[in-house]
Amino acid sequence: MHPFSLSTVKEVDLAIRAHARDPNAAFIAGGTDLVGLMKDRVVLPQHLVDIYHLPGLDQIELLPDGGFRMGALVRMSDVAVNMHVRNSAPMVSEALLLSASGQLRNMASMGGNILQRTRCAYFRDGDGTPCNKRSPGSGCSARHGINRNHAIFGWSDACTATHPSDVAVALRALDSIVLVRSASGVRAVPFGDFHLLPNDTPEKDNVLGRGDLIVGLEVPNRPEARRSHYLKVRDRQSYEFALVSVAAALDLDGHNIRSARLAMGGVAHKPWRLSSSEQALVGVDIGDANKLRAAIARGFDDARPLEQNEFKVELAQRAVLRAVQTAGARA
Amino acid sequence: MIDMDRRTFMEGAGVGIAYAATASAVPALAESAPHEAPTTTVSLTVNGKAHTVTLEDRTTLLDAVRNQIGLTGTKKSCDRGECGACTVHIDGHRALACMSLAVTQKGRSITTIEGIANGSKLHPMQAAFIEHDGFQCGFCTSGQIMSGVALLKEARSGWPSAATPDVTRPFSYDQLSEAEIRERMSGNLCRCACYPNIVDSIASAAKEG
Repeated sequence: MHPFSLSTVKEVDLAIRAHARDPNAAFIAGGTDLVGLMKDRVVLPQHLVDIYHLPGLDQIELLPDGGFRMGALVRMSDVAVNMHVRNSAPMVSEALLLSASGQLRNMASMGGNILQRTRCAYFRDGDGTPCNKRSPGSGCSARHGINRNHAIFGWSDACTATHPSDVAVALRALDSIVLVRSASGVRAVPFGDFHLLPNDTPEKDNVLGRGDLIVGLEVPNRPEARRSHYLKVRDRQSYEFALVSVAAALDLDGHNIRSARLAMGGVAHKPWRLSSSEQALVGVDIGDANKLRAAIARGFDDARPLEQNEFKVELAQRAVLRAVQTAGARA
Repeated sequence: MIDMDRRTFMEGAGVGIAYAATASAVPALAESAPHEAPTTTVSLTVNGKAHTVTLEDRTTLLDAVRNQIGLTGTKKSCDRGECGACTVHIDGHRALACMSLAVTQKGRSITTIEGIANGSKLHPMQAAFIEHDGFQCGFCTSGQIMSGVALLKEARSGWPSAATPDVTRPFSYDQLSEAEIRERMSGNLCRCACYPNIVDSIASAAKEG
């Protein structure tokens, strides 16, 4: 790795100040993404601010409405195994258990998880090919290159990458809140507004600016959360990023869907909400596969596959159907 | 026969090689551009013993344990968090030493493969790997064993996995099936593909408790 200095901070305010004043500073918590990016020379911060020991950010707390709040430094495994999370929003636990490996889940923080950079191989090639996300203005090698794993929604000519997080997909479906602290206080960012589409500025993954630190994630109590399921489809059975993934949550009135929440991973630059499918699913009998399929298809009217990933359009709809049926079968 | 374990032997052999390499490498190093990397002096607790070492801030825990502290049982393979060969325990939890920066480990308790046996008595997981031929070339083995030891502790603590049918129910240790072991070990790759015997080794150690 390139030479850098590292300082460990013990107070949130000091961490924010250290990051705000130095354009070459980066926060490091679990380090599972950042260390790899530095080894591959994708990012080269001169100074790391180690936040893993900041006090008060390592707890999972119940909210008055029955939802829960996760401190930004809670590890993925802590959330995945938490009995309240497993009972109240099983797809959050499932998404985490389907992510990475046992070792990485013990290291990676929840705040860092939603900040993971894309796994696009061109982006990860720090010394090589053009990539607008890594090197703005250099071009997108994936646009007409190897783009089998890339987006089918919301991409631009500047970038066709997908967001790699699993749990972010479940959090998006539940309209979670990202708590961001800066020198001017804490602001609550709706999950759907947190990550950005690439447009002409793919170097910007999310709304965070210099001196912004995620301090927590809130999952409000949604009536659909209990009957939920996370389905991940990938080239290997385990320890692999998604080709497509689905977070599905349902509120049922007998056999009929009262309301649905659907989000997808592996299909866009951000966790992708299938709002049209959700609306079309209202009132559909959970046992009527044809009607479910037709309702789900509504969310794919605006799908735009690339040269190598047309298969994802069909694969995604089948995955959504199975996730909805599995969620619907949950007691 | 001289009573020397493998570690002592390897350390002895390593010294000879290091001296030989230094003699020819010195002029080349002196000619290269000065390369200032910020350093920090930190106390690392490894296998219960405190080591005060001065490290470049960019040093991974893996390099510190192997090169500064001299415990070479933890292996460097992919060095990218993809293969699990460098698995150690940090405060009792399995983690990847190649993706951890050493200077951030102050105050934590690190356990490596050298720290799990009780004197000359092997850890039950080590014994199970020998009994079931849980390795071929052996390069991934210390990582496999460290992961296996932690896996049993996680399962005993009721941690579910992606192979657990229903996460809303508590996980009990007797549910630790072959499918569960395979899923929980997916972060440890074996280039020799010794997986059936690795699974057998861990299943056998699991039965012993």
